[in-house]
Amino acid sequence: MAKSKKLRSVADYDRARKEASAQRNAYEARISIGCTSCSASDGRALLEAFQAEVARRGLQEKVLVRLSGCHGFCAKGPLVVFVPHRICYLKVKPSDVPEIIEETALKNNVIDRLVYRDPKTGQKCQLESQIPFYKRQLRLIMDYNKRLDPRDIGSYFAIDGYEGLIKALTRMEPEDVILEVKNSGLRGRGGAGFPTGFKWEFCRKAKGSSKFIICNADEGDPGAYMDRSVMESNPHSVLEGLIIGAYAIGADEGYVYIRNEYPIAVEHIKLAIAQAYEAGLLGKDILGTGFSFDVHVERGAGAFVCGEETALIASIEGRRGEPRQRPPFPATKGLYNKPTNINNVETLANIPLILTRGGSWYSHFGTRNSKGTKIFSLVGKVRNTGLVEVAMGSTFREIIYDIGGGIQDDRPFKAVQTGGPSGGCVPAEHLDQAIDYESLSKLGTIMGSGGMIVMDDRTCMVDVARYFMSFLRNESCGKCLTCREGTQRLWEILDDICEGRGKPGHLPLMEDLAHCVKDASLCGLGQTAGNPVLSTLRYFRDEYEEHISEKRCRAGVCKPLIEYRVVAEKCVGCLLCKKACPQDAITGELKQAHVIDGERCIKCGLCYAACKSDAVEHVKSRDLCHA
Amino acid sequence: MPRVTIDGLDLDAERGDTLLDAARHLGIEVPTLCHMEGLTPWGGCRLCIVEVGAGTRSRLVTSCTYPVEEGLKVRTNSKWVIKTRRMVIELMLGACSGSKELQDLAAKYRMEEMRFKPRHDDCILCGRCVRMCDEQMTGSAIGFLGRGQSLTINTPFDKPSAACRRCGGCMYVCPICTLRCQGPDAPTEVCGRCGSMAPTCSDVFEDYTCYMGAAGDCGTCVREEKKTAASLFCAPEPAKVTVGGK
Ligand SMILES: Cc1cc2nc3c(=O)[nH]c(=O)nc-3n(C[C@H](O)[C@H](O)[C@H](O)COP(=O)(O)O)c2cc1C
Ligand code: SF4
Ligand code: SF4
Ligand code: FES
Repeated sequence: MAKSKKLRSVADYDRARKEASAQRNAYEARISIGCTSCSASDGRALLEAFQAEVARRGLQEKVLVRLSGCHGFCAKGPLVVFVPHRICYLKVKPSDVPEIIEETALKNNVIDRLVYRDPKTGQKCQLESQIPFYKRQLRLIMDYNKRLDPRDIGSYFAIDGYEGLIKALTRMEPEDVILEVKNSGLRGRGGAGFPTGFKWEFCRKAKGSSKFIICNADEGDPGAYMDRSVMESNPHSVLEGLIIGAYAIGADEGYVYIRNEYPIAVEHIKLAIAQAYEAGLLGKDILGTGFSFDVHVERGAGAFVCGEETALIASIEGRRGEPRQRPPFPATKGLYNKPTNINNVETLANIPLILTRGGSWYSHFGTRNSKGTKIFSLVGKVRNTGLVEVAMGSTFREIIYDIGGGIQDDRPFKAVQTGGPSGGCVPAEHLDQAIDYESLSKLGTIMGSGGMIVMDDRTCMVDVARYFMSFLRNESCGKCLTCREGTQRLWEILDDICEGRGKPGHLPLMEDLAHCVKDASLCGLGQTAGNPVLSTLRYFRDEYEEHISEKRCRAGVCKPLIEYRVVAEKCVGCLLCKKACPQDAITGELKQAHVIDGERCIKCGLCYAACKSDAVEHVKSRDLCHA
Repeated sequence: MPRVTIDGLDLDAERGDTLLDAARHLGIEVPTLCHMEGLTPWGGCRLCIVEVGAGTRSRLVTSCTYPVEEGLKVRTNSKWVIKTRRMVIELMLGACSGSKELQDLAAKYRMEEMRFKPRHDDCILCGRCVRMCDEQMTGSAIGFLGRGQSLTINTPFDKPSAACRRCGGCMYVCPICTLRCQGPDAPTEVCGRCGSMAPTCSDVFEDYTCYMGAAGDCGTCVREEKKTAASLFCAPEPAKVTVGGK
């Protein structure tokens, strides 16, 4: 790792950058091991195996091995990428290492067994860029991850890192920076989608002797990890964005508010800050330009609501993490009553790009009102789970089918849930909808921070709504009666419906209540908390009605409403269900139809999942047939 | 002085005033629960919501915390406000049906039913006591603990607090510590609306309230069914009232 000297001028920076890239280019091959985050232990074991092998063969001068950040293709990790050839191996194990060094690093041969094979066409993809998962993405931010070592500022210099900051400090007035960001059309990636340039301008114009800028890295949505991935993989890009933002609004002090559950991200951003101080990119009189800026790291306790900006401020000030009335907005009265600007991690990671390439370049990507790219965390019943970065305006179909490879086991698609716990579910008829802030809101959901959960026909939409409501009722800060009581009551009703106690009056009551929660609550949490109910009611009302009037759950998820049975004609007698059953409730011999004993069955559904011939089906519970 | 329009009336409000201040200045009544004169506005109960803005951009905000803004149009009694407020009251009744303050409010808004599973919590988490203790009694002995469904008001670590001087200020301001009027019938989740919308007891009689003796003894409750102006306001169905009549 290059120890960086203090840079005192732009010429110093240029020298450091040239040195770093020369140092990097001296290696014949560079091996990047991805997935430092998801499977940190696997990654480290792999690193050690590579290092040992390289040392054994005395190749330290020729081959550089490093842990890089997240490559995004989580379903197939750990990934290994060779630069400059960009050959990509998936699911690499330490035992593969000697062969990889021998064949690929030294002889440039591709090892067939480790490359990706497209399940649809059977075609092999040697290069990362050929893999459909990557081919259809536009990775403006994520692409850097594999090109650098997040723990080394030198590797960031080598890809021209901090160039945007230098440009801003030496050749632009703060107002020009704001104008550039305005021109880019960048909107906040933290959820609300507020135009970043305008937000900066408000804060720039606010009166105050000192100002603050905060990077919001709280990311509390369950299942979302794009901010974590950016912080872990490329912390300097976030820091650079933060410093540029500080210069633009005139802040002299900044905070990175990061959740404590992200130890690697905390470590990397702290390291990045320390290295930036050492290099003279933070602190007093940065590069002799007269601009001074200090950054602190503040760790959040992990409450979802602390991601809300006023709650976040309260939390930094050491008060209870509870939102307050806006106005006054933080831009005029924020941290310690000083003008404060808060931006999301991904928002800030876009800033260096906008400064180096220009706002008008950036604004070519995306739709009319939503520019640039968005990182989604694609999870659920989709084949290729992972982090996906696409241009705004991509359709659900592109993301789920082209990039995501379709639904697992080729089951039918039912819905996709976006926007985190308080988002909504979008049904199949809108698969071709281009995604941006406005279109999602028209569909009854939100962009949120970019969670995307794919659901198949074995998902019950009432149960889904109940799950999210359960999260919200516990994560509401509890200040607003409508949010605290409303989410609890919505959950109670959903629970009643799932358990077979639903009543006809429940649906209109839920609708009224969900609207009341949205309309009368203080912060974004309450104001979106009705979405899970309203969107599922809008698109899947028949499923609710079935639960209530027929006491039937078509997805077979609501256990009190169903029971399992083996269809004798379809059963091939393979014993799979019998082996899966923890209750020994299934009887039957090899090649003979099996039978489930309803008395012993606990409806765990393991047999249903285990059967390969679709012979186990769920039917309406007999207890309810007479009800 | 920012000029605001409330229910069609223009007012040059004081800078720093809330919408509630401005409405009250005009004599317009907006119900409040967590708000209390002398305590910092907090905005938790959401009862005092009013509609601000116009057209599709209008929204509901709590008048007790929202500052007056130049040119702001405010409606305190729009359909949207009333519909939402009634749901707020229904949620309150569902949590604490035993409070006179809440039952009076429900009567006033002609609540007919409470459609949730009744609970009988002894706290609506309005935080009046917390602010009373801190701001008026300079005690800071109690505060909010937890969040979501486990939110409570308590002393730190649930231990008797050294900061507490047993002044009782917290109980004095609690809207839930007000006992419901007692009648001969078992209390229902929504009050039968005897027509006593304003507290009839302690306001009138300094030293006697109906929960001090047998119900109806003080004589101020309605004894027989009669159509007073008040009970007409409570219509559609004036409740059958036989309070105290044995
Ligand atoms: C309940 C709640 C949770 C939030 N959590 C986050 C979060 O984890 N990360 C984030 O960047 N923004 C979060 N936000 C949005 C922030 O309040 C704020 O809008 C955002 O950080 C602004 O940055 P941006 O303009 O760059 O999007 C949350 C908002 C709410 C209401
Ligand atoms: S809407 Fe919910 S989370 Fe937000 S302040 Fe109110 S109670 Fe807290
Ligand atoms: S549902 Fe579970 S307990 Fe019942 S038969 Fe199937 S595997 Fe056995
Ligand atoms: S009185 Fe305004 S929110 Fe409670």
